[in-house]
Amino acid sequence: MAATDPMLSGGADFRTRLQNWLPKIVLAPSLAVMVIFVYGFIAFTVYLSFTDSRMLPSYGFVGFENYSDLFQIRTWDTAVTNLAIFASLYIVICTIIGLMLAILLDQKIRGEGFLRPIFLYPMALSFIVTGTAWKWMLDPAIGLENTMHLWGWESFEFNWIKDGDMAIYTIVIAAVWQSSGFVMAMFLAGLRGIDNEILKAAQMDGASNFQLYRRIILPQLRPAFLSAFVILSHLAIKSYDLVIALTGGGPGNATALPATFMYSYTFTRNQMGIGASSAVIMLMTIAAIMVPYLYAELREKK
Amino acid sequence: MAMASSDNAVRSSNFTRALIYLVLILFALFYLLPFGIMLVNSLKPLEEITGGNMIALPQNWTIAPWLSAWSTAQIGVQPTGLRPYFINSIVMAVPAVAISTFVGALNGYVLTKWHFRGATWIFGLLLFSCFIPFQIVLIPMARILGILNISGTAYGLILVHVVYGIGFSTLYFRNYYAVFPTELVRAAQIDGAGFFQIFWRIMLPSSGPIIAVCCIWQFTNIWNDFLFGASFASGGSAPMTVALNNLVNSSTGVREYNVHFAGAIMAAGPTLLVYIVAGRYFVRGLMAGSVKG
Repeated sequence: MAATDPMLSGGADFRTRLQNWLPKIVLAPSLAVMVIFVYGFIAFTVYLSFTDSRMLPSYGFVGFENYSDLFQIRTWDTAVTNLAIFASLYIVICTIIGLMLAILLDQKIRGEGFLRPIFLYPMALSFIVTGTAWKWMLDPAIGLENTMHLWGWESFEFNWIKDGDMAIYTIVIAAVWQSSGFVMAMFLAGLRGIDNEILKAAQMDGASNFQLYRRIILPQLRPAFLSAFVILSHLAIKSYDLVIALTGGGPGNATALPATFMYSYTFTRNQMGIGASSAVIMLMTIAAIMVPYLYAELREKK
Repeated sequence: MAMASSDNAVRSSNFTRALIYLVLILFALFYLLPFGIMLVNSLKPLEEITGGNMIALPQNWTIAPWLSAWSTAQIGVQPTGLRPYFINSIVMAVPAVAISTFVGALNGYVLTKWHFRGATWIFGLLLFSCFIPFQIVLIPMARILGILNISGTAYGLILVHVVYGIGFSTLYFRNYYAVFPTELVRAAQIDGAGFFQIFWRIMLPSSGPIIAVCCIWQFTNIWNDFLFGASFASGGSAPMTVALNNLVNSSTGVREYNVHFAGAIMAAGPTLLVYIVAGRYFVRGLMAGSVKG
Protein backbone atom coordinates (compact mmCIF):
# COMPACT_ATOMS: atom_id res chain seq x y z
CA MET A 1 0.00 0.00 0.00
CA ALA A 2 3.06 2.21 0.19
CA ALA A 3 2.59 3.12 -3.44
CA THR A 4 -0.58 5.08 -2.71
CA ASP A 5 0.64 6.83 0.41
CA PRO A 6 1.20 10.50 -0.46
CA MET A 7 3.61 10.94 2.45
CA LEU A 8 5.99 8.45 0.92
CA SER A 9 5.90 9.64 -2.64
CA GLY A 10 8.06 12.61 -3.32
CA GLY A 11 5.61 13.98 -5.85
CA ALA A 12 3.72 12.49 -8.76
CA ASP A 13 6.89 11.75 -10.66
CA PHE A 14 8.22 9.24 -8.14
CA ARG A 15 4.82 7.63 -7.83
CA THR A 16 4.52 7.08 -11.55
CA ARG A 17 7.97 5.57 -11.72
CA LEU A 18 7.25 3.32 -8.77
CA GLN A 19 3.98 2.23 -10.38
CA ASN A 20 5.92 1.32 -13.50
CA TRP A 21 8.38 -0.74 -11.52
CA LEU A 22 5.92 -2.42 -9.17
CA PRO A 23 4.79 -5.22 -11.50
CA LYS A 24 8.39 -6.26 -12.04
CA ILE A 25 9.21 -5.99 -8.35
CA VAL A 26 6.22 -8.21 -7.52
CA LEU A 27 7.20 -10.82 -10.07
CA ALA A 28 10.88 -10.75 -9.15
CA PRO A 29 10.77 -13.03 -6.07
CA SER A 30 8.98 -15.78 -8.02
CA LEU A 31 11.44 -15.45 -10.85
CA ALA A 32 14.37 -15.59 -8.45
CA VAL A 33 12.94 -18.64 -6.71
CA MET A 34 12.42 -20.30 -10.07
CA VAL A 35 15.91 -19.51 -11.31
CA ILE A 36 17.51 -20.87 -8.13
CA PHE A 37 15.27 -23.76 -7.09
CA VAL A 38 14.41 -25.10 -10.51
CA TYR A 39 16.99 -24.12 -13.07
CA GLY A 40 19.89 -23.65 -10.66
CA PHE A 41 19.15 -27.00 -9.06
CA ILE A 42 18.92 -28.67 -12.45
CA ALA A 43 22.31 -27.22 -13.34
CA PHE A 44 23.74 -28.42 -10.03
CA THR A 45 22.40 -31.96 -10.53
CA VAL A 46 23.74 -32.03 -14.09
CA TYR A 47 27.10 -30.92 -12.72
CA LEU A 48 27.03 -33.61 -10.01
CA SER A 49 26.36 -36.23 -12.65
CA PHE A 50 29.84 -35.50 -14.01
CA THR A 51 31.56 -35.82 -10.62
CA ASP A 52 32.68 -38.63 -8.35
CA SER A 53 30.07 -37.78 -5.67
CA ARG A 54 29.20 -40.69 -3.41
CA MET A 55 27.47 -40.06 -0.11
CA LEU A 56 27.99 -36.30 -0.28
CA PRO A 57 28.55 -34.02 -3.25
CA SER A 58 32.19 -33.97 -4.23
CA TYR A 59 33.73 -32.05 -7.06
CA GLY A 60 36.19 -34.40 -8.72
CA PHE A 61 35.35 -34.26 -12.39
CA VAL A 62 35.00 -37.67 -14.02
CA GLY A 63 33.44 -36.85 -17.39
CA PHE A 64 30.84 -39.26 -18.66
CA GLU A 65 31.94 -42.09 -16.38
CA ASN A 66 28.70 -42.08 -14.35
CA TYR A 67 26.65 -42.34 -17.51
CA SER A 68 28.66 -45.22 -18.91
CA ASP A 69 28.51 -46.92 -15.50
CA LEU A 70 24.78 -46.31 -15.34
CA PHE A 71 24.13 -48.21 -18.54
CA GLN A 72 26.19 -51.12 -17.26
CA ILE A 73 24.01 -51.53 -14.18
CA ARG A 74 21.49 -54.29 -14.58
CA THR A 75 18.90 -52.65 -12.31
CA TRP A 76 18.93 -49.54 -14.51
CA ASP A 77 18.38 -51.76 -17.50
CA THR A 78 15.41 -53.34 -15.71
CA ALA A 79 14.12 -49.92 -14.70
CA VAL A 80 14.22 -48.58 -18.25
CA THR A 81 12.61 -51.71 -19.70
CA ASN A 82 9.95 -51.56 -16.99
CA LEU A 83 9.29 -47.92 -17.75
CA ALA A 84 8.85 -48.73 -21.44
CA ILE A 85 6.39 -51.52 -20.63
CA PHE A 86 4.60 -49.56 -17.94
CA ALA A 87 4.36 -46.28 -19.83
CA SER A 88 3.13 -47.76 -23.09
CA LEU A 89 0.50 -49.98 -21.47
CA TYR A 90 -0.55 -47.25 -19.06
CA ILE A 91 -0.98 -44.67 -21.81
CA VAL A 92 -2.72 -47.01 -24.25
CA ILE A 93 -5.10 -48.61 -21.74
CA CYS A 94 -5.99 -45.31 -20.05
CA THR A 95 -6.68 -43.76 -23.43
CA ILE A 96 -8.86 -46.65 -24.59
CA ILE A 97 -10.85 -46.85 -21.35
CA GLY A 98 -11.09 -43.07 -21.06
CA LEU A 99 -12.27 -42.64 -24.63
CA MET A 100 -14.74 -45.50 -24.36
CA LEU A 101 -16.27 -44.24 -21.12
CA ALA A 102 -16.48 -40.71 -22.47
CA ILE A 103 -18.25 -41.85 -25.65
CA LEU A 104 -20.64 -44.04 -23.68
CA LEU A 105 -21.39 -41.29 -21.17
CA ASP A 106 -22.06 -38.92 -24.04
CA GLN A 107 -25.07 -40.98 -25.24
CA LYS A 108 -27.58 -39.00 -23.15
CA ILE A 109 -27.13 -41.34 -20.24
CA ARG A 110 -29.48 -41.10 -17.31
CA GLY A 111 -27.46 -40.85 -14.13
CA GLU A 112 -24.41 -39.34 -15.81
CA GLY A 113 -24.05 -36.92 -12.93
CA PHE A 114 -23.91 -39.92 -10.62
CA LEU A 115 -21.51 -42.07 -12.66
CA ARG A 116 -18.97 -39.42 -13.67
CA PRO A 117 -17.74 -38.61 -10.16
CA ILE A 118 -17.39 -42.34 -9.48
CA PHE A 119 -15.10 -42.76 -12.47
CA LEU A 120 -13.02 -39.81 -11.44
CA TYR A 121 -12.67 -40.01 -7.67
CA PRO A 122 -9.49 -42.17 -7.60
CA MET A 123 -7.69 -39.13 -9.00
CA ALA A 124 -8.21 -37.41 -5.64
CA LEU A 125 -6.44 -40.21 -3.76
CA SER A 126 -2.78 -40.46 -2.93
CA PHE A 127 -0.87 -43.15 -4.80
CA ILE A 128 0.06 -44.53 -1.40
CA VAL A 129 -3.62 -45.14 -0.65
CA THR A 130 -4.17 -46.67 -4.09
CA GLY A 131 -1.14 -48.88 -3.54
CA THR A 132 -2.39 -50.02 -0.14
CA ALA A 133 -5.78 -50.96 -1.54
CA TRP A 134 -4.44 -52.82 -4.57
CA LYS A 135 -1.56 -54.47 -2.79
CA TRP A 136 -4.09 -56.36 -0.77
CA MET A 137 -6.61 -56.98 -3.56
CA LEU A 138 -3.79 -58.57 -5.54
CA ASP A 139 -2.32 -60.54 -2.64
CA PRO A 140 -3.12 -64.17 -3.48
CA ALA A 141 -3.46 -65.21 0.18
CA ILE A 142 -6.26 -62.81 1.14
CA GLY A 143 -7.31 -60.90 -1.97
CA LEU A 144 -8.98 -61.70 -5.26
CA GLU A 145 -7.49 -65.19 -5.64
CA ASN A 146 -8.60 -66.23 -2.16
CA THR A 147 -12.09 -64.86 -2.76
CA MET A 148 -12.43 -66.85 -5.98
CA HIS A 149 -11.27 -69.97 -4.14
CA LEU A 150 -13.83 -69.40 -1.39
CA TRP A 151 -16.48 -68.99 -4.06
CA GLY A 152 -15.58 -72.43 -5.37
CA TRP A 153 -13.34 -71.54 -8.32
CA GLU A 154 -10.43 -73.59 -6.97
CA SER A 155 -8.18 -73.38 -10.02
CA PHE A 156 -8.28 -69.57 -10.21
CA GLU A 157 -4.79 -68.18 -10.03
CA PHE A 158 -3.78 -64.54 -9.89
CA ASN A 159 -0.43 -64.09 -8.21
CA TRP A 160 1.25 -61.58 -10.52
CA ILE A 161 2.32 -59.41 -7.61
CA LYS A 162 4.56 -62.22 -6.33
CA ASP A 163 5.87 -63.11 -9.78
CA GLY A 164 8.96 -61.22 -10.94
CA ASP A 165 7.95 -61.43 -14.60
CA MET A 166 4.39 -60.24 -14.09
CA ALA A 167 4.64 -57.81 -11.15
CA ILE A 168 5.12 -54.78 -13.41
CA TYR A 169 1.64 -55.41 -14.84
CA THR A 170 0.09 -55.04 -11.37
CA ILE A 171 1.51 -51.51 -11.33
CA VAL A 172 -0.23 -50.92 -14.65
CA ILE A 173 -3.56 -52.15 -13.22
CA ALA A 174 -3.42 -49.88 -10.19
CA ALA A 175 -2.20 -46.88 -12.18
CA VAL A 176 -4.93 -47.33 -14.79
CA TRP A 177 -7.48 -47.55 -12.00
CA GLN A 178 -6.23 -44.25 -10.65
CA SER A 179 -6.00 -42.17 -13.83
CA SER A 180 -8.35 -43.55 -16.50
CA GLY A 181 -11.26 -41.53 -15.11
CA PHE A 182 -9.24 -38.38 -15.60
CA VAL A 183 -8.68 -39.25 -19.26
CA MET A 184 -12.42 -39.86 -19.51
CA ALA A 185 -13.04 -36.32 -18.22
CA MET A 186 -10.67 -34.85 -20.82
CA PHE A 187 -12.32 -36.69 -23.70
CA LEU A 188 -15.79 -35.87 -22.39
CA ALA A 189 -14.92 -32.18 -22.37
CA GLY A 190 -13.68 -32.57 -25.94
CA LEU A 191 -16.85 -34.36 -27.04
CA ARG A 192 -19.06 -31.71 -25.48
CA GLY A 193 -17.20 -29.09 -27.44
CA ILE A 194 -18.10 -30.59 -30.81
CA ASP A 195 -20.80 -28.78 -32.75
CA ASN A 196 -23.92 -30.95 -32.93
CA GLU A 197 -24.98 -29.33 -36.19
CA ILE A 198 -22.07 -30.88 -38.07
CA LEU A 199 -23.07 -34.29 -36.76
CA LYS A 200 -26.69 -33.81 -37.78
CA ALA A 201 -25.63 -32.72 -41.25
CA ALA A 202 -23.43 -35.79 -41.63
CA GLN A 203 -26.30 -37.95 -40.51
CA MET A 204 -28.61 -36.41 -43.10
CA ASP A 205 -26.05 -37.49 -45.67
CA GLY A 206 -26.54 -41.04 -44.42
CA ALA A 207 -23.45 -41.53 -42.27
CA SER A 208 -23.73 -44.43 -39.81
CA ASN A 209 -22.90 -43.98 -36.14
CA PHE A 210 -19.60 -45.75 -36.61
CA GLN A 211 -18.66 -43.55 -39.57
CA LEU A 212 -19.73 -40.52 -37.58
CA TYR A 213 -17.25 -41.32 -34.84
CA ARG A 214 -14.45 -42.45 -37.10
CA ARG A 215 -14.60 -39.68 -39.64
CA ILE A 216 -15.87 -36.67 -37.74
CA ILE A 217 -15.75 -37.00 -33.98
CA LEU A 218 -12.40 -38.69 -33.36
CA PRO A 219 -10.43 -36.35 -35.65
CA GLN A 220 -11.90 -33.41 -33.72
CA LEU A 221 -10.65 -34.90 -30.47
CA ARG A 222 -7.04 -34.55 -31.55
CA PRO A 223 -6.16 -31.91 -28.95
CA ALA A 224 -7.61 -34.15 -26.21
CA PHE A 225 -5.54 -37.10 -27.46
CA LEU A 226 -2.43 -34.97 -27.43
CA SER A 227 -3.07 -33.62 -23.92
CA ALA A 228 -3.83 -37.09 -22.62
CA PHE A 229 -0.62 -38.42 -24.11
CA VAL A 230 1.51 -35.63 -22.70
CA ILE A 231 -0.02 -35.77 -19.22
CA LEU A 232 0.04 -39.57 -18.98
CA SER A 233 3.59 -39.93 -20.26
CA HIS A 234 4.86 -37.34 -17.84
CA LEU A 235 3.00 -39.05 -14.98
CA ALA A 236 4.46 -42.40 -16.03
CA ILE A 237 8.04 -41.16 -16.06
CA LYS A 238 7.58 -39.57 -12.64
CA SER A 239 5.88 -42.65 -11.12
CA TYR A 240 7.40 -43.35 -7.77
CA ASP A 241 4.87 -43.48 -4.92
CA LEU A 242 2.74 -46.18 -6.47
CA VAL A 243 5.65 -48.58 -6.93
CA ILE A 244 6.86 -47.95 -3.39
CA ALA A 245 3.41 -48.61 -1.91
CA LEU A 246 2.43 -51.52 -4.14
CA THR A 247 5.56 -53.62 -4.54
CA GLY A 248 8.41 -51.64 -2.99
CA GLY A 249 10.19 -52.21 -6.31
CA GLY A 250 10.10 -55.96 -5.82
CA PRO A 251 10.02 -58.90 -5.94
CA GLY A 252 13.78 -58.40 -6.06
CA ASN A 253 14.18 -55.48 -8.46
CA ALA A 254 11.44 -56.68 -10.77
CA THR A 255 9.36 -53.50 -10.61
CA ALA A 256 12.14 -50.93 -10.36
CA LEU A 257 11.49 -47.75 -12.34
CA PRO A 258 13.94 -44.91 -13.04
CA ALA A 259 12.38 -42.89 -10.20
CA THR A 260 12.93 -45.65 -7.63
CA PHE A 261 16.38 -46.35 -9.05
CA MET A 262 17.41 -42.72 -8.64
CA TYR A 263 16.20 -42.63 -5.05
CA SER A 264 17.88 -45.84 -3.96
CA TYR A 265 21.22 -45.09 -5.67
CA THR A 266 21.34 -41.55 -4.29
CA PHE A 267 20.07 -41.98 -0.76
CA THR A 268 20.52 -45.63 0.23
CA ARG A 269 23.47 -46.83 -1.83
CA ASN A 270 25.42 -43.57 -1.62
CA GLN A 271 26.17 -43.43 -5.34
CA MET A 272 25.17 -39.81 -5.76
CA GLY A 273 26.97 -39.36 -9.07
CA ILE A 274 25.09 -42.23 -10.64
CA GLY A 275 21.82 -41.14 -9.01
CA ALA A 276 22.29 -37.67 -10.46
CA SER A 277 22.98 -39.02 -13.93
CA SER A 278 19.80 -41.12 -13.81
CA ALA A 279 17.82 -38.02 -12.76
CA VAL A 280 19.28 -36.11 -15.69
CA ILE A 281 18.14 -38.83 -18.08
CA MET A 282 14.64 -38.69 -16.58
CA LEU A 283 14.57 -34.93 -17.03
CA MET A 284 15.71 -35.14 -20.63
CA THR A 285 13.04 -37.71 -21.43
CA ILE A 286 10.32 -35.50 -19.99
CA ALA A 287 11.75 -32.39 -21.63
CA ALA A 288 11.73 -34.13 -25.01
CA ILE A 289 7.97 -34.50 -24.64
CA MET A 290 7.03 -31.33 -22.74
CA VAL A 291 9.14 -28.65 -24.38
CA PRO A 292 7.71 -28.98 -27.92
CA TYR A 293 4.21 -29.25 -26.46
CA LEU A 294 4.52 -26.18 -24.22
CA TYR A 295 6.26 -24.25 -27.00
CA ALA A 296 3.38 -24.93 -29.37
CA GLU A 297 0.81 -24.03 -26.70
CA LEU A 298 2.47 -20.73 -25.86
CA ARG A 299 2.99 -19.72 -29.50
CA GLU A 300 -0.61 -20.40 -30.43
CA LYS A 301 -1.85 -17.99 -27.82
CA LYS A 302 0.13 -15.02 -29.02
CA MET B 1 -33.12 -46.43 -38.08
CA ALA B 2 -36.05 -44.04 -37.78
CA MET B 3 -35.50 -40.33 -37.42
CA ALA B 4 -36.11 -39.97 -33.72
CA SER B 5 -36.61 -36.43 -32.52
CA SER B 6 -33.66 -36.48 -30.19
CA ASP B 7 -31.41 -33.44 -30.08
CA ASN B 8 -28.41 -35.73 -29.86
CA ALA B 9 -27.24 -36.57 -33.34
CA VAL B 10 -26.10 -40.07 -32.41
CA ARG B 11 -28.96 -42.53 -31.92
CA SER B 12 -28.99 -46.12 -30.80
CA SER B 13 -31.42 -49.00 -30.31
CA ASN B 14 -32.78 -50.20 -26.98
CA PHE B 15 -30.46 -53.19 -26.96
CA THR B 16 -27.41 -51.00 -27.49
CA ARG B 17 -28.55 -48.71 -24.72
CA ALA B 18 -28.90 -51.61 -22.30
CA LEU B 19 -25.39 -52.69 -23.23
CA ILE B 20 -24.06 -49.18 -22.68
CA TYR B 21 -25.59 -49.06 -19.19
CA LEU B 22 -24.16 -52.48 -18.40
CA VAL B 23 -20.62 -51.46 -19.38
CA LEU B 24 -20.88 -48.19 -17.47
CA ILE B 25 -22.12 -49.93 -14.33
CA LEU B 26 -19.38 -52.56 -14.55
CA PHE B 27 -16.78 -49.81 -14.73
CA ALA B 28 -18.41 -47.98 -11.83
CA LEU B 29 -17.98 -51.19 -9.82
CA PHE B 30 -14.36 -51.46 -10.94
CA TYR B 31 -13.66 -47.97 -9.61
CA LEU B 32 -15.69 -48.37 -6.43
CA LEU B 33 -14.67 -51.85 -5.34
CA PRO B 34 -11.07 -51.40 -4.15
CA PHE B 35 -11.99 -48.48 -1.93
CA GLY B 36 -15.34 -49.94 -0.89
CA ILE B 37 -13.85 -53.26 0.09
CA MET B 38 -11.14 -51.45 2.01
CA LEU B 39 -13.81 -49.53 3.92
CA VAL B 40 -15.77 -52.69 4.75
CA ASN B 41 -12.68 -54.55 5.87
CA SER B 42 -11.50 -51.73 8.08
CA LEU B 43 -14.56 -52.49 10.23
CA LYS B 44 -13.77 -56.22 10.63
CA PRO B 45 -11.73 -57.98 13.29
CA LEU B 46 -8.44 -59.29 11.88
CA GLU B 47 -9.43 -63.00 11.95
CA GLU B 48 -12.31 -62.29 9.59
CA ILE B 49 -9.90 -60.81 7.04
CA THR B 50 -7.21 -63.48 7.14
CA GLY B 51 -9.70 -66.34 7.41
CA GLY B 52 -12.63 -65.06 5.41
CA ASN B 53 -13.89 -63.57 2.19
CA MET B 54 -12.87 -60.01 1.48
CA ILE B 55 -16.21 -59.16 -0.09
CA ALA B 56 -18.28 -60.41 2.87
CA LEU B 57 -19.69 -57.86 5.28
CA PRO B 58 -18.29 -58.00 8.81
CA GLN B 59 -19.92 -60.52 11.16
CA ASN B 60 -18.75 -58.53 14.16
CA TRP B 61 -18.61 -54.86 13.33
CA THR B 62 -15.83 -53.08 15.16
CA ILE B 63 -14.27 -49.63 15.16
CA ALA B 64 -11.23 -50.88 17.07
CA PRO B 65 -9.01 -50.78 13.93
CA TRP B 66 -9.89 -47.11 13.44
CA LEU B 67 -9.07 -46.25 17.03
CA SER B 68 -5.82 -48.16 16.78
CA ALA B 69 -4.81 -46.55 13.48
CA TRP B 70 -5.56 -43.11 14.87
CA SER B 71 -3.89 -43.27 18.25
CA THR B 72 -1.98 -46.44 19.11
CA ALA B 73 -0.62 -48.15 15.98
CA GLN B 74 3.13 -48.50 15.67
CA ILE B 75 4.55 -46.02 13.14
CA GLY B 76 8.27 -46.55 12.82
CA VAL B 77 9.37 -47.12 16.39
CA GLN B 78 6.74 -45.13 18.26
CA PRO B 79 3.23 -46.45 19.01
CA THR B 80 1.68 -43.05 18.36
CA GLY B 81 -0.92 -43.87 15.74
CA LEU B 82 -1.38 -41.66 12.72
CA ARG B 83 -2.75 -38.66 14.57
CA PRO B 84 0.50 -36.66 14.91
CA TYR B 85 1.27 -37.23 11.24
CA PHE B 86 -2.20 -36.13 10.23
CA ILE B 87 -1.52 -32.92 12.12
CA ASN B 88 1.90 -32.62 10.44
CA SER B 89 0.23 -32.80 7.05
CA ILE B 90 -2.28 -30.11 7.96
CA VAL B 91 0.38 -27.84 9.41
CA MET B 92 2.35 -28.31 6.19
CA ALA B 93 -0.47 -28.11 3.66
CA VAL B 94 -2.48 -25.12 4.89
CA PRO B 95 0.28 -22.47 4.77
CA ALA B 96 1.79 -23.94 1.61
CA VAL B 97 -1.56 -23.79 -0.17
CA ALA B 98 -2.28 -20.25 1.03
CA ILE B 99 1.13 -18.86 0.10
CA SER B 100 1.42 -20.53 -3.31
CA THR B 101 -2.12 -19.49 -4.25
CA PHE B 102 -1.54 -15.88 -3.22
CA VAL B 103 1.77 -15.66 -5.07
CA GLY B 104 0.19 -17.31 -8.11
CA ALA B 105 -2.60 -14.71 -8.11
CA LEU B 106 -0.10 -11.85 -8.02
CA ASN B 107 1.99 -13.42 -10.77
CA GLY B 108 -1.02 -14.07 -12.97
CA TYR B 109 -2.13 -10.46 -12.47
CA VAL B 110 1.28 -9.09 -13.44
CA LEU B 111 1.71 -11.40 -16.42
CA THR B 112 -1.67 -10.57 -17.96
CA LYS B 113 -2.35 -6.93 -17.06
CA TRP B 114 1.12 -5.37 -16.98
CA HIS B 115 2.75 -6.39 -20.20
CA PHE B 116 6.48 -6.13 -20.46
CA ARG B 117 9.13 -7.68 -22.63
CA GLY B 118 10.00 -11.24 -21.83
CA ALA B 119 6.72 -12.00 -20.04
CA THR B 120 6.01 -15.00 -22.25
CA TRP B 121 9.50 -16.32 -21.62
CA ILE B 122 9.11 -15.97 -17.89
CA PHE B 123 5.79 -17.74 -18.05
CA GLY B 124 7.33 -20.51 -20.17
CA LEU B 125 10.06 -21.02 -17.58
CA LEU B 126 7.44 -21.17 -14.80
CA LEU B 127 5.31 -23.56 -16.82
CA PHE B 128 8.11 -26.01 -17.54
CA SER B 129 8.86 -26.14 -13.82
CA CYS B 130 5.44 -27.75 -13.29
CA PHE B 131 6.48 -30.80 -15.21
CA ILE B 132 10.07 -31.52 -14.19
CA PRO B 133 10.66 -34.88 -12.50
CA PHE B 134 11.39 -33.85 -8.94
CA GLN B 135 14.25 -36.32 -8.76
CA ILE B 136 16.31 -33.69 -10.56
CA VAL B 137 16.05 -31.28 -7.58
CA LEU B 138 16.20 -33.75 -4.68
CA ILE B 139 19.95 -33.63 -4.07
CA PRO B 140 20.46 -29.84 -4.11
CA MET B 141 17.22 -29.33 -2.18
CA ALA B 142 18.44 -31.64 0.59
CA ARG B 143 21.64 -29.57 0.76
CA ILE B 144 19.85 -26.22 0.85
CA LEU B 145 17.41 -27.33 3.54
CA GLY B 146 20.43 -28.50 5.53
CA ILE B 147 22.22 -25.17 5.05
CA LEU B 148 19.09 -23.21 6.03
CA ASN B 149 18.81 -25.52 9.04
CA ILE B 150 15.18 -26.38 8.32
CA SER B 151 15.57 -29.93 7.06
CA GLY B 152 13.13 -32.28 8.74
CA THR B 153 10.85 -29.45 9.84
CA ALA B 154 7.44 -28.26 8.70
CA TYR B 155 9.07 -25.04 7.45
CA GLY B 156 11.27 -27.04 5.13
CA LEU B 157 8.37 -28.87 3.55
CA ILE B 158 6.30 -25.68 3.31
CA LEU B 159 9.16 -24.03 1.45
CA VAL B 160 9.51 -26.98 -0.92
CA HIS B 161 5.80 -27.14 -1.70
CA VAL B 162 5.49 -23.39 -2.19
CA VAL B 163 8.49 -23.32 -4.52
CA TYR B 164 7.23 -26.15 -6.72
CA GLY B 165 3.59 -25.09 -6.45
CA ILE B 166 4.04 -21.57 -7.83
CA GLY B 167 4.24 -22.81 -11.42
CA PHE B 168 0.77 -24.32 -11.39
CA SER B 169 -0.87 -21.57 -9.37
CA THR B 170 0.56 -18.97 -11.75
CA LEU B 171 -0.73 -20.98 -14.69
CA TYR B 172 -4.26 -21.02 -13.25
CA PHE B 173 -4.44 -17.32 -12.49
CA ARG B 174 -2.76 -16.30 -15.73
CA ASN B 175 -5.30 -18.21 -17.80
CA TYR B 176 -8.16 -16.85 -15.70
CA TYR B 177 -7.02 -13.22 -15.78
CA ALA B 178 -6.18 -13.43 -19.48
CA VAL B 179 -9.91 -13.25 -20.26
CA PHE B 180 -10.64 -10.69 -17.54
CA PRO B 181 -11.58 -7.37 -19.23
CA THR B 182 -8.45 -5.23 -19.34
CA GLU B 183 -10.62 -2.12 -19.85
CA LEU B 184 -11.72 -2.36 -16.22
CA VAL B 185 -8.09 -2.24 -15.13
CA ARG B 186 -7.32 0.70 -17.44
CA ALA B 187 -10.40 2.58 -16.24
CA ALA B 188 -9.37 2.12 -12.62
CA GLN B 189 -5.87 3.30 -13.51
CA ILE B 190 -7.25 6.49 -15.03
CA ASP B 191 -9.22 7.04 -11.82
CA GLY B 192 -5.91 6.94 -10.02
CA ALA B 193 -5.95 3.44 -8.59
CA GLY B 194 -2.52 1.98 -7.98
CA PHE B 195 -1.10 -1.45 -8.72
CA PHE B 196 -2.15 -3.06 -5.44
CA GLN B 197 -5.48 -1.23 -5.24
CA ILE B 198 -6.46 -2.72 -8.57
CA PHE B 199 -5.38 -6.14 -7.39
CA TRP B 200 -7.27 -6.00 -4.08
CA ARG B 201 -10.38 -4.13 -5.20
CA ILE B 202 -10.90 -5.36 -8.75
CA MET B 203 -9.03 -8.56 -9.49
CA LEU B 204 -9.33 -10.53 -6.24
CA PRO B 205 -13.07 -9.96 -5.62
CA SER B 206 -13.88 -11.54 -8.97
CA SER B 207 -11.44 -14.44 -8.60
CA GLY B 208 -13.59 -16.68 -6.39
CA PRO B 209 -13.82 -19.68 -8.73
CA ILE B 210 -10.16 -19.74 -9.69
CA ILE B 211 -9.08 -19.36 -6.07
CA ALA B 212 -11.19 -22.43 -5.28
CA VAL B 213 -9.71 -24.35 -8.22
CA CYS B 214 -6.17 -23.41 -7.29
CA CYS B 215 -6.54 -24.15 -3.57
CA ILE B 216 -8.09 -27.53 -4.27
CA TRP B 217 -5.42 -28.49 -6.76
CA GLN B 218 -2.58 -27.39 -4.50
CA PHE B 219 -4.12 -29.02 -1.46
CA THR B 220 -4.63 -32.33 -3.26
CA ASN B 221 -1.08 -32.33 -4.58
CA ILE B 222 0.57 -31.29 -1.35
CA TRP B 223 -1.49 -33.57 0.85
CA ASN B 224 -0.85 -36.54 -1.45
CA ASP B 225 2.84 -35.86 -1.94
CA PHE B 226 5.11 -38.69 -0.95
CA LEU B 227 8.48 -38.06 -2.60
CA PHE B 228 9.29 -34.78 -0.83
CA GLY B 229 7.90 -36.03 2.47
CA ALA B 230 9.99 -39.19 2.28
CA SER B 231 13.11 -37.28 1.25
CA PHE B 232 13.05 -34.23 3.52
CA ALA B 233 11.10 -35.21 6.64
CA SER B 234 12.30 -37.73 9.12
CA GLY B 235 10.75 -39.59 12.04
CA GLY B 236 8.17 -37.55 13.89
CA SER B 237 7.97 -34.76 11.31
CA ALA B 238 6.83 -37.00 8.44
CA PRO B 239 3.58 -36.20 6.63
CA MET B 240 0.59 -38.53 6.53
CA THR B 241 1.47 -40.36 3.30
CA VAL B 242 4.91 -41.30 4.58
CA ALA B 243 3.50 -42.43 7.93
CA LEU B 244 0.86 -44.54 6.17
CA ASN B 245 3.52 -46.20 4.06
CA ASN B 246 5.56 -46.90 7.18
CA LEU B 247 2.51 -48.39 8.87
CA VAL B 248 1.58 -50.61 5.92
CA ASN B 249 5.06 -51.71 4.93
CA SER B 250 6.62 -52.16 8.34
CA SER B 251 8.04 -55.64 8.49
CA THR B 252 7.71 -56.29 12.22
CA GLY B 253 4.88 -58.12 13.93
CA VAL B 254 1.51 -59.31 12.64
CA ARG B 255 0.16 -57.50 9.62
CA GLU B 256 -2.97 -55.82 10.93
CA TYR B 257 -4.71 -55.32 7.63
CA ASN B 258 -7.81 -53.77 9.15
CA VAL B 259 -5.66 -51.13 10.84
CA HIS B 260 -3.85 -50.47 7.57
CA PHE B 261 -7.16 -49.93 5.78
CA ALA B 262 -8.45 -47.59 8.45
CA GLY B 263 -5.20 -45.63 8.15
CA ALA B 264 -5.43 -45.52 4.36
CA ILE B 265 -8.95 -44.13 4.53
CA MET B 266 -7.81 -41.50 7.03
CA ALA B 267 -5.04 -40.50 4.64
CA ALA B 268 -7.55 -40.32 1.79
CA GLY B 269 -10.17 -38.52 3.89
CA PRO B 270 -9.31 -34.84 3.46
CA THR B 271 -8.78 -34.93 -0.31
CA LEU B 272 -11.80 -37.16 -0.80
CA LEU B 273 -13.89 -34.77 1.26
CA VAL B 274 -12.72 -31.85 -0.86
CA TYR B 275 -13.58 -33.85 -3.98
CA ILE B 276 -17.08 -34.65 -2.73
CA VAL B 277 -17.81 -31.11 -1.57
CA ALA B 278 -16.24 -29.26 -4.48
CA GLY B 279 -15.83 -31.83 -7.25
CA ARG B 280 -16.70 -29.30 -9.94
CA TYR B 281 -13.70 -27.15 -9.08
CA PHE B 282 -11.48 -30.20 -8.77
CA VAL B 283 -12.32 -31.27 -12.32
CA ARG B 284 -11.82 -27.74 -13.61
CA GLY B 285 -8.39 -27.69 -12.03
CA LEU B 286 -7.45 -30.99 -13.61
CA MET B 287 -8.54 -29.78 -17.01
CA ALA B 288 -6.87 -26.40 -16.73
CA GLY B 289 -3.67 -28.13 -15.71
CA SER B 290 -3.71 -30.30 -18.81
CA VAL B 291 -5.26 -28.25 -21.58
CA LYS B 292 -3.49 -24.96 -21.32
CA GLY B 293 -5.97 -23.11 -23.50
